[in-house]
Amino acid sequence: MPAFPGVDFIEFDSLLNDEEKLARQTARQFVDDEVLPIIEKHNREATMPTHLIPLMADLGFFGANLKGYGCAEMSNVAYGLVMQELERGDSGLRSFVSVQSALVMYPIYTFGSDAQKSKWLPLLQSGKAIGCFGLTEPQFGSNPGGMTTRAVKKGDRYILNGEKLWITNGTIADVSVVWAKTEDNDRVRGFLIERGTPGFKAYDIHGKWSLRASVTSGLSMTDCEIPAANLLPESGGLKSPLMCLNQARYGIGWGGLGAAMACYYTALQYAKTRTQFNNKPIASHQLVQDKLAWMITEITKGQLLALQVGRLKDAGRAEHYHVSMLKMNNVWVGLESARKARDILGANGIVDDYCIIRHMNNLESVYTYEGTHDIHKLIIGERITGIPAYA
Amino acid sequence: MNIAVCIKQVPAKDAPLQIPEGGAWIRETDIGFETNEPDGYALEEALRLKEKHGGEVVAISMGPERVKQTIKEAMAKGADRGIHVVDDKFFQLDPLGSARSLAAAIQKEKFDLILTGLQSDDHGFGQTGVLLAELLGLPHATIIMQIEVQDGRMRLKRELEAGWFQWMEAPLPAVLSIQSGINKPRYATLKGIMAAKKKEIASIPRASLGVDATPTQKVERIYVPAKTKKTEILTGTAREAAAKLVEKLKHEARVL
Ligand SMILES: Cc1cc2nc3c(=O)[nH]c(=O)nc-3n(C[C@H](O)[C@H](O)[C@H](O)COP(=O)(O)OP(=O)(O)OC[C@H]3O[C@@H](n4cnc5c(N)ncnc54)[C@H](O)[C@@H]3O)c2cc1C
Ligand SMILES: Cc1cc2nc3c(=O)[nH]c(=O)nc-3n(C[C@H](O)[C@H](O)[C@H](O)COP(=O)(O)OP(=O)(O)OC[C@H]3O[C@@H](n4cnc5c(N)ncnc54)[C@H](O)[C@@H]3O)c2cc1C
Repeated sequence: MPAFPGVDFIEFDSLLNDEEKLARQTARQFVDDEVLPIIEKHNREATMPTHLIPLMADLGFFGANLKGYGCAEMSNVAYGLVMQELERGDSGLRSFVSVQSALVMYPIYTFGSDAQKSKWLPLLQSGKAIGCFGLTEPQFGSNPGGMTTRAVKKGDRYILNGEKLWITNGTIADVSVVWAKTEDNDRVRGFLIERGTPGFKAYDIHGKWSLRASVTSGLSMTDCEIPAANLLPESGGLKSPLMCLNQARYGIGWGGLGAAMACYYTALQYAKTRTQFNNKPIASHQLVQDKLAWMITEITKGQLLALQVGRLKDAGRAEHYHVSMLKMNNVWVGLESARKARDILGANGIVDDYCIIRHMNNLESVYTYEGTHDIHKLIIGERITGIPAYA
Repeated sequence: MNIAVCIKQVPAKDAPLQIPEGGAWIRETDIGFETNEPDGYALEEALRLKEKHGGEVVAISMGPERVKQTIKEAMAKGADRGIHVVDDKFFQLDPLGSARSLAAAIQKEKFDLILTGLQSDDHGFGQTGVLLAELLGLPHATIIMQIEVQDGRMRLKRELEAGWFQWMEAPLPAVLSIQSGINKPRYATLKGIMAAKKKEIASIPRASLGVDATPTQKVERIYVPAKTKKTEILTGTAREAAAKLVEKLKHEARVL
């Protein structure tokens, strides 16, 4: 397959500055050179391409929109474009970078002590340490406020008990950011648990048909004792993990477009060369053009949404409901594009000679994690009606 | 060792090209542009020479405002500064006009080595580097595969026809045209991209260089080759058909 030329129907690129275009170009080239040639094998074998971690670190992908500690200090739009390209490669790879950057580096950066920041951020930025984010529990997904994991203070130690499930990078993490209720009125706070801490176990979830090139784990804490200094001192209340999710969701909003672009581009090439009936390319049929036109139209609308939310974020004005609309819409565009592309490829759409079925399966996870599609609708609904409809 | 690299920005490889009716150039709106591939190898070679021998690398590009992105890309990869020879009607220049303009800009400074790509992916004249050397009164060598610098001289490996190579010696300063594929160009890292924002790009309007760039040759018209489809069934036994096929691939398709 030739190098990916991008999807730009309305001179979208004229809205980007040179830094943004160059950041996207680096990620695009990285995906074409390093990811696409190996990803189907990893997906088939359900292994994470860990050899890419040092290269991604060198390119500056981890914590790219944070300041200091070796981070690239890119704008949020540039960061988003990098996420788009990574997810054009694979949602699992993008998930890795999202978790490392938005769910591990960001909370340490935002809620951490100076000691925590100077210890962990350079290690995480350079890929020498890997992190995970433990919020979801077996019984509490959309409603993390119900969590039962508890942290009890004993002298200069905290003792944690509880179970976390569906945790990306869990078993490969050197440091886990774990959220637990404290004795202070059940206030949720963040804790750093290092690999190998007694009472802390991580295990892999097997049998996944989605995000197979990404590690998903359970974390189990049984009288897990950590130094009190491992509390993220500035974290306080459910708002803290939700702030992290907001960072990650923003990147996912761009990522969904990347997966959509991969499917659209593949389907377009396929439809122009595949012939059925009178030796005519299937792209010559109205029903096929309808699908392709739908995809490029939704991708284009999604680009404008992502860009505007990115510009707001760079101006410090992106609200969580803006990000909800971005995540909800663009992941849906990705998933629907994958389904339409699958249809256009006919039987070829179900095999991993093409990227389609992998993206489609991956996007089922992305549709659910970081706030399900419907939960984001409720967030938007609350914003416009003033009435929360969750419970 | 101070090295200038001439870098052209060309239409992106898979850009859907449109030619205006009777046009001598493509429609430039609506398509992406990228660094001319051979020039990317020239830049990488310059950066490696700098890493070995010190000095600075200067990226020079001529063209409209958009070529700044190509200069920034070079600076993001490690070039120390850029020179932008500004010309909105750059595409109308012939190679001599381009070389004269570049030479005038280069003569404002003192470089030990000037690198260009072998040819550009758009017009593909393959002339600019050679003309540039002549105008600067410097020795030149083309299709360079390897550069070794020692005691102010260079050992150069050139590609010849049919898998042959040639080693030659050349003094410095000189102009070299670099062959594609001689190294693995580095990525622009995100930190490099941010660092490039602080590097300087000197803008020189081409008109201010005082060179006569009246074209000595003119592109009359460009067009997409008319597609002709001819199917021929090769007959005979498998052995005979294969022999005929090989003949055709050799002499008609010229791919063997
Ligand atoms: C591959 C993968 C990786 C993940 N990685 C992480 C991670 O790194 N860290 C982490 O903490 N979590 C992670 N998660 C967990 C993810 O965030 C949760 O799956 C998600 O929040 C949804 O929770 P749930 O699966 O328990 O679904 P539930 O909350 O049980 O939801 C099931 C369905 O009910 C609907 N629903 C729920 N509440 C309402 C309501 N009030 N009104 C209407 N509909 C409702 C939902 O929209 C959904 O359709 C990951 C999940 C996956 C699949
Ligand atoms: C798991 C699996 C098992 C199978 N088992 C069998 C089997 O046992 N025996 C067997 O014979 N076959 C089998 N098939 C093949 C199956 O019947 C074909 O995949 C199906 O007929 C579609 O053909 P295609 O894949 O070549 O897609 P195509 O015909 O290339 O269609 C591709 C796309 O173009 C569209 N399209 C095609 N023509 C037109 C048109 N005129 N107007 C508008 N749109 C058009 C299609 O709707 C589709 O979206 C199997 C397929 C699968 C995936």
